Amino acid sequence: MLDSIVALGDDEIETRAIVPDDSTVFEGHFPGHPLMPGVLLIETMAQTCGTMVMAAHSYERLPLLVGVKDAKLRQFVAPKTEITGRGKLEHAGSGYAVAKGELLVEGKRVANAQLTYTLIKWPAPELRDFMVAHIGELKASS
Amino acid sequence: MSSTFDTVSGIISETCDIEKDTIKADSHVIDDLGIDSLDFLDVVFAVDKAFGIKIPHEKWTEEINEGRASAEDYFILSNLCTRIDELVAEKAA
Repeated sequence: MLDSIVALGDDEIETRAIVPDDSTVFEGHFPGHPLMPGVLLIETMAQTCGTMVMAAHSYERLPLLVGVKDAKLRQFVAPKTEITGRGKLEHAGSGYAVAKGELLVEGKRVANAQLTYTLIKWPAPELRDFMVAHIGELKASS
Repeated sequence: MSSTFDTVSGIISETCDIEKDTIKADSHVIDDLGIDSLDFLDVVFAVDKAFGIKIPHEKWTEEINEGRASAEDYFILSNLCTRIDELVAEKAA
């Protein structure tokens, strides 16, 4: 979902995502009135905060989303919209992490949620290598 | 311990929607209260915040899975409260 990582710190992150103009998603959601599905807004927050959680753990653990709380989808998001994602690490627990995520469009908050991740050992070294390289590319794209 | 028990049982009651009266010191968090791993994560988060500690949840899970500790060591509520008291004392030391 993410197009670039604008800033990545120990406990916060800012990302950028542009909703595609054309996608099969919009064929059914909705015909003649394309809107970004709410679950994909949550996924955008999850990827934003998940990237931050990964970096906060020095890329030694893979964060898996296991909980979404207090999610609010405040405004419709249409194709071609540029979204700013922000994440803040709420708590780095043992084997888990909790973050607050939000999405903004033109400075106005359109979605927010509290996200919980369980942290697992990388199931394959190739996956870790891929994720680290991909995050590097996203940072370079900003 | 009684104060810790009050706080933890309150957290479990609120987080897992369990009547507080049914939560006893000898309750097993999983077997008696039916709390699953995801709900327990919410409990750990709330306990971490309430006591300002970091429950070594990952280490405990490894110890149980590798047979170096029994689930009762951590999941019987009185034992869990003792562990929490120890972590609070360690932090204060």
